Amino acid sequence: MQLIECPWCGPREEVEFSYGGQAHVPYPDTPGELTDEEWARYVFFRDNTRGRFAERWHHSAGCRRWFNAIRDTATYRFERVYRLDEPRPVTP
Amino acid sequence: MSPRTPGADLPEHPDFLWRNPEPKRSYDVVIVGGGGHGLATAHYLAKNHGITNVAVVEKGWLAGGNMARNTTIIRSNYLWDESSAIYEQALKLWEGLEEDLGYPILFSQRGVLNLAHTLQDVRDSVRRVEANKLNGVDAEWLEPDEVRKVCPIVNTSADIRYRVLGATYQPRAGIAKHDYVAWGFARRASEAGIDLIQDCEVTGFATDGNRVTGVRTTRGDIAAGTVALCAAGHTSVLTDMLGIRVPVQSHPLQALVSELLEPVHPTVVMSNAVHVYVSQAHKGELVMGAGVDSYNGYGQRGAFHIIERQMAAAVELFPVFARAHLLRTWAGIVDTSPDASPIVGRTPYDNVYLNCGWGTGGFKATPGIGWALAHTIAHDEPHPNVAPFALDRFVSGALVDEHGAAAVAH
Amino acid sequence: MTSPFRTAEGGRIDRATTLEFTFDGQTHTGHPGDTLASALLAAGRHQIATSIALGRPRGVAAAWAEDPGGLVQVEEPFPEPMLLATTVELSDGLVAHGLPGQGRLAEVADSARYDGVHHHVDVLVVGAGPAGLAAALTAARSGARVALVDEQSEAGGSLLGGADRLDDAPAMRWVAAAVAELAAHPEVLHLQRTTAFGSYDDGFVLALERRTDHLGTAAPKQVSRQRVWRLRARSVVVATGAHERPVVFADNDRPGTMLAGAARTFLHRYGVLPGRQAVVFTTNDSAYDAALDLHGAGVRVEAVVDARPAGSPQRREACERAGIPVLPGAVVVGTRGVERVTHALVAPFADGEVGAASPIACDLLLVSGGWNPAVHLFSQARGRLVYDETLGAFLPGEELDGLSVTGAAAGVLDLAGCLVDGQRVARAALSALAVEPAGEDRLPTAPEEVVPAAPLVLWRVPDTSGAEGTTSFVDLQRDATVADIARAVGAGLRSIEHIKRYTTIGTAHDQGKTSGVLTSGITAELLGVPVQDTGTTTFRPPYTPVAFAALAGRDRGRLFDPERVTALHDWHVVAGAVFEDVGQWKRPRYYPRPGEDMAAAVLRECAAARTGVGILDGSTLGKIDVQGPDAAVLLDRLYTNMISSLKVGSVRYGVMCGVDGMVIDDGTVLRLAEDRFLLLTTTGGAAKILDWMEEWAQTEWPDLRVHCTSVTEQWVTFPVVGPRSRDVIGAVFPQVDVSNEAFPFMTWRDTILDGVPVRLARISFSGELAFEVYVNPWYGVAVWERLLEAGRPHGITPYGTETMHVLRAEKGYPIIGQDTDGTVTPHDLGMAWAVSKKKPDFIGKRSFARPANQDPLRKQLVGLLPVDGQTVLPEGSQIVDFLADGRLPPPPVPMLGHVTSSYRSAELARPFALALVKGGRSRIGDTLHVPVDGALVPVEVTGSVLVDPEGARRDG
Repeated sequence: MQLIECPWCGPREEVEFSYGGQAHVPYPDTPGELTDEEWARYVFFRDNTRGRFAERWHHSAGCRRWFNAIRDTATYRFERVYRLDEPRPVTP
Repeated sequence: MSPRTPGADLPEHPDFLWRNPEPKRSYDVVIVGGGGHGLATAHYLAKNHGITNVAVVEKGWLAGGNMARNTTIIRSNYLWDESSAIYEQALKLWEGLEEDLGYPILFSQRGVLNLAHTLQDVRDSVRRVEANKLNGVDAEWLEPDEVRKVCPIVNTSADIRYRVLGATYQPRAGIAKHDYVAWGFARRASEAGIDLIQDCEVTGFATDGNRVTGVRTTRGDIAAGTVALCAAGHTSVLTDMLGIRVPVQSHPLQALVSELLEPVHPTVVMSNAVHVYVSQAHKGELVMGAGVDSYNGYGQRGAFHIIERQMAAAVELFPVFARAHLLRTWAGIVDTSPDASPIVGRTPYDNVYLNCGWGTGGFKATPGIGWALAHTIAHDEPHPNVAPFALDRFVSGALVDEHGAAAVAH
Repeated sequence: MTSPFRTAEGGRIDRATTLEFTFDGQTHTGHPGDTLASALLAAGRHQIATSIALGRPRGVAAAWAEDPGGLVQVEEPFPEPMLLATTVELSDGLVAHGLPGQGRLAEVADSARYDGVHHHVDVLVVGAGPAGLAAALTAARSGARVALVDEQSEAGGSLLGGADRLDDAPAMRWVAAAVAELAAHPEVLHLQRTTAFGSYDDGFVLALERRTDHLGTAAPKQVSRQRVWRLRARSVVVATGAHERPVVFADNDRPGTMLAGAARTFLHRYGVLPGRQAVVFTTNDSAYDAALDLHGAGVRVEAVVDARPAGSPQRREACERAGIPVLPGAVVVGTRGVERVTHALVAPFADGEVGAASPIACDLLLVSGGWNPAVHLFSQARGRLVYDETLGAFLPGEELDGLSVTGAAAGVLDLAGCLVDGQRVARAALSALAVEPAGEDRLPTAPEEVVPAAPLVLWRVPDTSGAEGTTSFVDLQRDATVADIARAVGAGLRSIEHIKRYTTIGTAHDQGKTSGVLTSGITAELLGVPVQDTGTTTFRPPYTPVAFAALAGRDRGRLFDPERVTALHDWHVVAGAVFEDVGQWKRPRYYPRPGEDMAAAVLRECAAARTGVGILDGSTLGKIDVQGPDAAVLLDRLYTNMISSLKVGSVRYGVMCGVDGMVIDDGTVLRLAEDRFLLLTTTGGAAKILDWMEEWAQTEWPDLRVHCTSVTEQWVTFPVVGPRSRDVIGAVFPQVDVSNEAFPFMTWRDTILDGVPVRLARISFSGELAFEVYVNPWYGVAVWERLLEAGRPHGITPYGTETMHVLRAEKGYPIIGQDTDGTVTPHDLGMAWAVSKKKPDFIGKRSFARPANQDPLRKQLVGLLPVDGQTVLPEGSQIVDFLADGRLPPPPVPMLGHVTSSYRSAELARPFALALVKGGRSRIGDTLHVPVDGALVPVEVTGSVLVDPEGARRDG
């Protein structure tokens, strides 16, 4: 039961948020040119990192904006939240 | 002395369960993951194929992951042919497992009800029942009054937010005592000469071209002829070491028990719309669970609002549960796949087999997957029951989508 | 009825008031302030129940939630299973009995209310003992927002059960002053009878407040019985004290065997003598307090049996003064008695060896093996525990962010130390929050205490009884013994988790509060490994059991999930509608007339829409307002068909797919302006489609200037359907030219009705001439009634979702989620026409090219006509190939697909169905079979459009 820092609203209860999986997986520029294999990678395959993970969150019961976070999937602790237009933070 | 209380009669465990050997330098087969699937695979390797130069390496204590944490529901009433084939074979094995293992696993075929609360639930339920019948899986559609006969405490009245419109019923479904099952497999495997090696975490793999030659562990390097990955929620940690991409995501899944109660609940009840599943275990405790926590997590714990919602659902469906008490909550790590079906079979490495993606359905498959994976290893050829669940289906698009039929796939 | 063991005076009970209660059928009395356990002890009753597996008598062994012995079932005022006699506050009329193993649930629903509250604070202090009170005072004095929760009926913690003094006065006076001071701070929330039972991330603590239980039958009905507090604290101070630990010996379960500290509590707090003749067995100095206090209260203390070779030099003198014999270097090896201990068997003990035992008569055997800090909340928050060799206990082994442990919970076992530590921890917490502590923050002065003699860590006394550990109970609630642990170890088990599962230790009601650490210690001894290596099993929430209903709170019945109703709901109710749940919405399914069943009502409603005019409340359809210069770009990327070419004033049907190419929703799109669209979604899909659109717009294409807003509840929608719909619309909106030329199919117009803006659209989900009327819900009923009024001459008939489904199915229009299941493409639905070939890309397009999508045996939507013209195929039925002998082969029988929709058609005068069938379109004209109730029903495969395939009606 986390207290999640929405970049726009500040800290809010976990129940206000929904999860969006791995961050920084852009929609391919030209899907038509991808092989079936490459397309499957985009559609179905996501990292499943144990530890520090860049992922997407949606403040769905709040400001309804998406943002990214670096969170440790082992401890669940949020290390950073950042806006979609910010680059992935360099973490030690 | 007064007579023993009903529910006190848990069968005794054997005086001896397993050896605690030091790992050898080399095995024909190394199974990574000493949970239900790994131990069952070991047992059937020995029993069906005579392969005993096998190690099961476990990073913690045997069967301490999802095997120790699930709600023990066993059923085979899945929608698609591919799923019902493997789960039904598993159910048939469950029916003879106590004898096979010589272990009192408390397999109780008390039936499972999957409640329908909306007209679409009813359509989906009838669809599944009809498919089950044609696949030789026992299944019935029950009207609300029949539901009440099977489980009188289900709230079939109008005084409920989502009324019970009926249920599917699989009479042969049931529950078993999870630890006993795992220990039964472990004891047989250990007796057969298979080494069960605990506190032995895999830290890497030694490879030679497209073959894995051994596993590196916290208890030393172990050479392996064949490697089978049976690590459930931790699969990705291993496949990352091998550079194999597998489309699973690990999520916390919580469950809970009440105190011991006099028998009130004779079957297993599951509901998708009022999201909970409940049985009353042998000793008398209510065992229940709900959906996964939404985020990826390896923490074996979840958020409490999930439990609260589960309690609300339980009291809604079973008003008599109001003053039962939550005694203990816990969580496992389930590896969910895009189509809610497992991923089993070959990997880009010639001698590495994958078994993952069982999500919330792994326990009930235990003997079935152990049987099929042992066959796959022994023959170096996927058993027909696992062939449809190969990794390449995500490329072809030939998924086995059990979402619709099994949103609560427990 | 008497209370022979009640002291003449003292205790924190209200002796002026007498409460009557019934236990095991016998009537007893007690006083407010008693627990069920203290009142029974006052009556001289120790035995509460018999044990679960062995049927041995068991009694009260501790004074609060750690008691492993006193399980009861409450029957009145309302049945509640498995509570501890030590935590049930006495109330008048209470009826309870001892519980051997399984509790019993009431057969009727609980009528009590339950609720929950969220509360945010700077500092949460859990536990109102000396350390907790000191911490709470320090935090409160700084002006911080503070919550103090404590599980007992009143503050004081260990001070309630002792005779301590502070500032040269009874310590409880300081407690009273502290409570009064806290009450005077407006930012302090102080809750007693409130158990913090779960500790989660970021200072989130769950607590259960028992608000009316202690009032028994007098509890006011309007007050919630229990309340769940969801506390979010910037800093949590855990001051939860410690549980005394027993020592295991043979027959250590006889009633009358009790933790030493518990006996003190019964004496000081409840004014009860737990016996008249006591033996005290200890490994540490704390039990000497019990011996001396009981002696002072008139109990004959036969001996203090101290396992330490030298006993306690510090306490020897006091015992001598009191005339209490002390036996150093001795242990209790067993007991005698059946329902109550009659003798303690005492033997010399040196170097782990036990000498010959001799009995000492007693009716009370007090035991102390040291103290286990109550580290539950710390451990639940993922704090690491370390084993302390001196205490023989696990202590918090690290600092956690935002959660600190103080007092006995941190291993500080003296009063002065607890006060200082509580203050210190609170100051540190404030400092971490950048809150300045108050200048005046005085602690009371505790009398100087002698440094106690070092305790001895002793888990068990060797069993000399011949029972080989089978009566040396580790977990009394599970009847699990030293022999069971030995057997588990012998079976090859090494992990404490395996030991727990093999023996079931720690799985009962008390979750191992007294047995957990003992098991670790005994297991380590048997394995010959350090206790630290054995560790503990994981501490899991909840700390003490919590009623399901309390956690359900108010989310029950109609409040389990919000009920959404349209502006017309009351009208529908009056009209006698039968409702259907669609998502959270209540929708009229049909409107039966007297004597009609659903089939008759639906046939009538369908006929009206096909031959006259019908009207539907379609307000639940999702509506999304999409605005911005790039609105058309976004929609082109999300719909499979082209939206940007739609003209302002026009309407187009569109389909959306997931990236996997499977249909996720469909609906119509109205172009309101160059930069503005109104999207209609399915009722159930409204929220997820808005989410879907926003996700793409925000995360993938932030460059697009577009915004999406739900306007589902801003418009009611009434389709007016049928050949006479034009007459009705024309009559109600005379200013609108409703001719086909001026207002063609798939266009919309805005108009004004008595000053109220109304939108009209020529959209048809029935295949009939139809107009949809959109208006602000505020005017919904008025407009609906005007439409009915204007339609009366034409027999306008309100219809529900069932008729809507029949009408659309006759036209082959799929319902997403009914005729699809997440595995169906637009092509499978026969909607290749809705898939743009011009657009270079849209969501889902690439997946259409995968191998599995090219399979000619993909399931396709077709119509089915039962050959007998009679059978309504059950929806969900499976379809099998033609079989000449009319019998099914043995399973597995290959299946070709299933019936997705099935109805009786008024228009066709026969039943029909839609189905997903493998290679369905290539089978048109074939006969297949559907198993129904054991028979095979032949069905003819047809196209999916069965009524007006040319579309002449809707376009006219």
